[in-house]
Amino acid sequence: MSGFFSNVDWSEILQACLDTLAMLGGSLLLTVLLGLPLGVLLFLTGKGQPWENRWGNGALALLVNLVRSMPFIILLIVMIPLTIVLVGTSLGVAGAIPPLVVGAAPFFARLVETALREVDRNTVEAVQAMGATTRDLVFRALLPEALPGILAATTVTAITLISFTAMAGAVGAGGLGDLAIRFGYQRFQTDVMLVTVVLLLALVQLLQVAGDRLVRHFTRK
Amino acid sequence: MIRLEGVHKAFGDTHAALAGVDLEIGRGEVFGIIGRSGAGKSTLVRLLNGLERPSSGRVLIDGTDVATLSADGLRALRSRVGMIFQNFGLLWSRTVFDNVALPLRIGGASRAEIAAKVPALLERVGLSEHGAKYPAQLSGGQKQRVGIARALATNPEILLCDEATSALDPETTRNILDLLADLNRELGLTIVLITHEMEVVRQVCDRVVVLHAGRAVETGDVADVFLHPRASETQALIAEADEHVDPIGFDGPVVRLTLHGKAVLDPVLTRIARDTGTDFIILDGRIGRLKNTSFGRLTLGLVGGDTERAIAALRLEGEVE
Repeated sequence: MSGFFSNVDWSEILQACLDTLAMLGGSLLLTVLLGLPLGVLLFLTGKGQPWENRWGNGALALLVNLVRSMPFIILLIVMIPLTIVLVGTSLGVAGAIPPLVVGAAPFFARLVETALREVDRNTVEAVQAMGATTRDLVFRALLPEALPGILAATTVTAITLISFTAMAGAVGAGGLGDLAIRFGYQRFQTDVMLVTVVLLLALVQLLQVAGDRLVRHFTRK
Repeated sequence: MIRLEGVHKAFGDTHAALAGVDLEIGRGEVFGIIGRSGAGKSTLVRLLNGLERPSSGRVLIDGTDVATLSADGLRALRSRVGMIFQNFGLLWSRTVFDNVALPLRIGGASRAEIAAKVPALLERVGLSEHGAKYPAQLSGGQKQRVGIARALATNPEILLCDEATSALDPETTRNILDLLADLNRELGLTIVLITHEMEVVRQVCDRVVVLHAGRAVETGDVADVFLHPRASETQALIAEADEHVDPIGFDGPVVRLTLHGKAVLDPVLTRIARDTGTDFIILDGRIGRLKNTSFGRLTLGLVGGDTERAIAALRLEGEVE
């Protein structure tokens, strides 16, 4: 057994795990902070909504689609100059976070928009008919009603971010993906590959289960 | 109190939801708007609180044109006009208490005001014990009661009901309509009720407009419209509600007799039968209630005796066709 895992440096694995978690935590937080308002804006400027604006909505949608249609590995490289301006480096955990956020926020925003659209049309009308401002509508009705959907969107986004962090490993971000590529792929150390894959799987599973629980907890319908 | 003048409403370039509607609804009235799906009812009711704007024509509430109101003016108007919905329009993520409190919070009420007012509203609609529940835990009738309590929270003068009973079973529908009638009486609330069911109009409305393809084809007191429908669309709606079945095999003289008020409770038929020697066969019939009065509508086959005189005697009691 110890023979098979002879290549595995457990302290390095631990460090990689912590790096992956730091990238995930930091980028997920910023993705939600950026993507949630963007999603609300996409929804509010849509057809039949309070801030209906064809051009504004079209421009936002185009931006979102542009970023989303770019393969993440390319975005990582294209972003390098901007990343250096923003955080001073394109390497390590800090260097990975800007491209992760730029890659994930538009995706998250779309999911938020979809969740908002699923709020009962009568409920929205009822709240408008009470004399609500758009601000009331968003904070007192749309977001609370869409909370389960937004939590589900956050779970999906977190899982996408994990696969993005693995890719970011390819350009020097560190983390489990970096280990898998450097040792597992480039040096044919199958045991390292196996350990990282198992850890990534466990992380995804954990996130999914936790996300599903939260969604269930907040679903009253 | 509410006046519509030549109201048109078109969606897109082609489809006109409303094609020139004039209407006047008085204070304290229960006013029904009946028509089939697509007749323009939902659009019409949404004009009254500015959820929709007319393409042309004017919607006046107490003399103020809704279209000219600023955003603040519109919000002020909306606090005077409550609305309830077919699918209730409740916040499913919030408790019954919080649902009823929502319009108060939006209106900037204090915590103390809310704590005092919401329980009173819940009691008024018979939901005192359900404040902590979520809407999904309630029955359909209870959900609509939450909707009503919420609509009443800002002490509105007008209540708009958008197919408010269409998702409910007949008994629950009756209970909700009774509650609306009570509110109309106690609070002097003006109620505008849209429905596709004649029964609903018959039970609570004072006046009614029949809407067909975006036009008002008939307007009047419910008793008049119901007992003497002039427009073919009205006749069709009533016929559906009454489910007429023509019995087969009777080939003597047949009359349709309509009674209302006290005549319903008189032993009219047996008395005339004794006087004229004519017997009556009831081929079809219905005795019922129109808001505050009774009505009877019978299809009678006449057998033997002096049928001419029998018909003349029937004419003295009600209308004969």
